[in-house]
Amino acid sequence: MNNSSVANVAVARPEHPVAYQEPAVYGLMAEFEEHEQLLSAAKRAYAEGYRRMDGFSPFPIDGLAETLGHETSLVPLITLVGGMSGGLGAYFMQWYSMGHLYPLNVGGRPLNSWPNFIPVTFELTILIAAISALTAMLVLNRLPQPHHPVFNVPEFQRASIDRFFLCIEVSDPKFERDRTWKFLESLGACKVSEVLE
Amino acid sequence: MTTLGYPAVLIDERETYDRVSDQIGGIALKHPHQKLWLAGFTIVFGMFILFCVSVGWLLRRGVGIWGINIPIAWGFAIVNFVWWIGIGHAGTFISAILLLLFQKWRTTINRFTEAMTLFAVICAGMFPLLHLGRPWTFYFLLPYPDTMALWPQFRSPLVWDVFAVSTYFTVSLIFWYVGLMPDLATLRDKAVTKWKRISYGVGALGWRGSALHWQRHQSAYLLLAGLATPLVLSVHSVVSFDFSVAQLPGWHSTIFPPYFVAGAIYSGFAMVLNLIIPIRRIYALENLITVRTLNNMANVMLATGWMVAYGYIMEAFMAWYSGDVFEMAMMKNRAFGPYGWVFWALMALNCVIPQLLWSQKVRTNDIALFLVALSINIGMWVERFVIVVTSLHRDFVPSNWAMYFPTVWDWATLLGSVGLFLTLQFLFIRYLPMISISESRELIAQRKEGRL
Repeated sequence: MNNSSVANVAVARPEHPVAYQEPAVYGLMAEFEEHEQLLSAAKRAYAEGYRRMDGFSPFPIDGLAETLGHETSLVPLITLVGGMSGGLGAYFMQWYSMGHLYPLNVGGRPLNSWPNFIPVTFELTILIAAISALTAMLVLNRLPQPHHPVFNVPEFQRASIDRFFLCIEVSDPKFERDRTWKFLESLGACKVSEVLE
Repeated sequence: MTTLGYPAVLIDERETYDRVSDQIGGIALKHPHQKLWLAGFTIVFGMFILFCVSVGWLLRRGVGIWGINIPIAWGFAIVNFVWWIGIGHAGTFISAILLLLFQKWRTTINRFTEAMTLFAVICAGMFPLLHLGRPWTFYFLLPYPDTMALWPQFRSPLVWDVFAVSTYFTVSLIFWYVGLMPDLATLRDKAVTKWKRISYGVGALGWRGSALHWQRHQSAYLLLAGLATPLVLSVHSVVSFDFSVAQLPGWHSTIFPPYFVAGAIYSGFAMVLNLIIPIRRIYALENLITVRTLNNMANVMLATGWMVAYGYIMEAFMAWYSGDVFEMAMMKNRAFGPYGWVFWALMALNCVIPQLLWSQKVRTNDIALFLVALSINIGMWVERFVIVVTSLHRDFVPSNWAMYFPTVWDWATLLGSVGLFLTLQFLFIRYLPMISISESRELIAQRKEGRL
């Protein structure tokens, strides 16, 4: 989601850089002390019309992503599809190998002895579903991502410890540096800082 | 105190986000008891060396170094396998099932028990492979396109075991790692040396606590809990099929799956207590792992202990009620035969001593609780010995009867596997956050909102 902003800023740079160049700005970041403050700040920013923004917290905050306009997650659907294909694949493997590729007559029982195939079908359903859940979470979150502009803010170290942050990106159509700065300050932030690319 | 008179504190009143991060992260980053840790690690690493030597000698000489024979082909290897995999059940039970049941007291022990699960499953997985005789051909168990067009026999419980145990390990690992990611980010941001920043940073995968990331993370975590819940129940059921699908008296019983699962959770909780009680004292974690947590674990042990006792009673009852001469002979031999003393030791360790847990004084006293848990751990190992050996050593034909005596290598491998388990445990305590920091913060936030 940040690629477009990176691209915009890159285009704005002169082709032959001069000795000093203004560093590109990624966005403005407000710092809060309590999670309720971040939640209400996110609500007000959304009501104000800001869309390209993100909240950061050291633990999951109920309803924050929804407040920022991200209603649903694709992870459950991908997990369901993964689990179903794992189960169907496992049954097919057993049916095809035991019934066709390597048929063994055990006491005259049917080759498609389905009760015996349940344990492996069950286990592979769970296995593929779990792997799908992990992969979906990582891929949709674009992780691993070693660097991100928000890490350039020194205070951001505390985002994984005890502080809560709201970052409004430059690429937001409503972004105006001074107005947005004042707006963030009015939300009760203990500090507002600039996020450099 | 709650209305039932139990200690109610889940997390100390004075905790703040920063304090828990420092306290838990500090154990991994600064390591307060370096000398004590090193002394303990030397001992358990020595035991791990013993494991390597026993396995090396086994690979050199073959399974003949063990006390197994025909008819007792299973011996210690399978006893140890079932014991370890049982211990590995508490972790996912605590993390997944108690998460779905909104049991908040699990928060401060789930990371630790998940790690314990992984290490126990690693130990468990070793034994069937070593017992193969030619462990280097272990891949014959897997469905792969081999040149002889052979397939594993999918109707066999031993093949189900391969799938159950490997799935259990993989899913437990994923579940543990997903929970660990945000905490690795905390350690990355708290670390002062470059090397630590890089190592924890690699593990954290660039986690930055974004709201959208948390949403998907929580979604995946909850789904994994939902997937792991039936998985925990299935794994020991499949292990019990190894026995109950066979026709042997003492094994061929429909009570085995639920009875094995209850026993697994029983021994798993006992092992958690055996590990966490000393750690809680040494690292002064009483404010996070409160008396209430210990008390609740003791209650789970009391309940599952009675389920296991019900299993023992039903085994004896069904042997009599079936009217089957072999079943009755097996039961009589189990209690009064040459291994009778082992059976009665099992009854004492697993059914009598744990009744002390009815007393709240025992449940809230960590030393007493440690000793009861130790009794259960040994008792559950003895249970598997009774199931494996007493059933096998006298089956249908008297000419096929024999005795089983473990050799020094049997004991060395068992002790060595404990060394492997504890070595991994020591490394985990030293280098990773053993309590979930982000979930502890959630508890604090809930307390601040007055929801706890």
